[in-house]
Amino acid sequence: MFGERTFVGFQNFVTIFTSDPMFWRTVGNTLLFVVLYVPLNFVLALGLALWISPRIRGRGLYRLLFFLPAVTPIVANALVWRLLVQPNGVFADIASWFGVEQFNPLGTETGAMAAVVVMSLWQGFGYNMLVFSAGLDSIPDHLYEAASLDGASAPRRFWHVTLPMLSPSLFFAAVMTLITSFQVFAQPYVLTGGGPGVATTTMVMYLYQRGFQLFDLGTASAVATVLFAIIALITAVQFLGQRKWVHYE
Amino acid sequence: MSSATAQRPDTTRAIVQPRDLHDEYVPRPASARKRARLAREITSQVLLTLVLLLFLMPFIWMLATALKPGNEVFASPPSLFGSEIRWSNFVDAWTFVPFGRFMWNGLVVSVLGTLLVCITSVFAAYAFARMRFRGRSGLFALYLVTLLVPQEVVVIPMFIFMQELGWQNSYQALILPWAFTAFGTFLLRQFFLTVPRELEEAATVDGASRLRILLTIIVPIAKPAIGVLAVFTFINYWNSFLWPLIIISTQDMATVPIGLNSFLGQQGNQWQLLMAASTISMLPTALIVILLQRHLVKGIALSGLGGR
Repeated sequence: MFGERTFVGFQNFVTIFTSDPMFWRTVGNTLLFVVLYVPLNFVLALGLALWISPRIRGRGLYRLLFFLPAVTPIVANALVWRLLVQPNGVFADIASWFGVEQFNPLGTETGAMAAVVVMSLWQGFGYNMLVFSAGLDSIPDHLYEAASLDGASAPRRFWHVTLPMLSPSLFFAAVMTLITSFQVFAQPYVLTGGGPGVATTTMVMYLYQRGFQLFDLGTASAVATVLFAIIALITAVQFLGQRKWVHYE
Repeated sequence: MSSATAQRPDTTRAIVQPRDLHDEYVPRPASARKRARLAREITSQVLLTLVLLLFLMPFIWMLATALKPGNEVFASPPSLFGSEIRWSNFVDAWTFVPFGRFMWNGLVVSVLGTLLVCITSVFAAYAFARMRFRGRSGLFALYLVTLLVPQEVVVIPMFIFMQELGWQNSYQALILPWAFTAFGTFLLRQFFLTVPRELEEAATVDGASRLRILLTIIVPIAKPAIGVLAVFTFINYWNSFLWPLIIISTQDMATVPIGLNSFLGQQGNQWQLLMAASTISMLPTALIVILLQRHLVKGIALSGLGGR
């Protein structure tokens, strides 16, 4: 199945960088996914963490249920979404009430990427929500009281008390979410099969296809190395930049 | 609803509560403010519940579809219930593909993997927290660096390594490559460092060995942290997809996600069975998380590790 391995120097990198159109496409797809997924994940996670404040009754249950998709098998989650977005599925029915006919997101490149992002958000944001919620709970009340006494409005309290106090959690979540979002694989694999065409084929998916469907481990390793370089670079930049905005008490 | 709640306090006040001297000093706006706040809180709770229901809709739809007759899955207009509640879908899903076998494989791999991770992490964490040896800090830094190397990046060398050992398509190939995690070591070391040394010193004076101190003093104190590590390790093994997809080649060795994936390949249009199988596949991890929710939230706050 796998033949003799010979050493070819940088040949595999040269190949993917110059003569492999698929490679750059998958890098682009992955970046697009990351750029859409990470900010939206943060907005949702922080918004709900703030909403599920100690004033909410049964907040533990709310937090748990929003977190549930993060621990159920991702393949099962993606299967459920695949059913929902079928052209004759329930989302299509709902869309038709709003006058949208011909609802078939997986049929268009934009729609397929949107479906992958939305499904990933649904699956993943609850995790950061828990991280932020724990962080918010540990902010001492007296800081808010002092800010109120000084006449700070709610938005200003959020900007000058909540965000700085939450910055370690935000930093941690940013590092982890970026690392994991670059590894996106199961969602497009099950939901869209990387299609239509190659519109949702991500780097890890390409790595899998090259290495374990076409048995080209050399090229696949080159893809893996580039992926790791990107992740390492972004993580390093984040660690270098943290001094500017992360406040450790 | 709002008018009713707004009126009732006024009328009861007028009828039941005698006006006393203090009322002169209670400015009315205060009670109005309180009422407005209560109304806001109730609204917030109701809205949040609606959002949660929308959020859970995929799960609700999964279960609803799993109980429908096959020809009613795409009925339009959509309804939660088909013409009958067909529990037999679960039986069919279980027998169509060897689903019991997938669950068993998943359980073996997840339980053994979790045990191994906990044991190796406890020992490594103790060494880093309590023993002095040359190159300790360098070694620990190396450990931490591996945290930044995602599994996806090392699957190829790991695959070649498993081939060399002749371990493709085996339990040990599913378990061992991921059984030595820097993460568990790091998490438990942080926890061990908070254990007061006096406890151990007393035992040392009594002549207890290191191993005995670790097992009888430190491990019991660190139970919550070890528990969190165990739960998330279990979830990670149970849900793992890419690695089993690479290393498993026969159906009898498949774990649950791989089983689901092959099911999709064979019975891609039998949605009621696919959804029944998906429901079954979610039960173990969902149950664990629901039963242990309080510890998990604490553990995430403590560590930020998760089933990702």
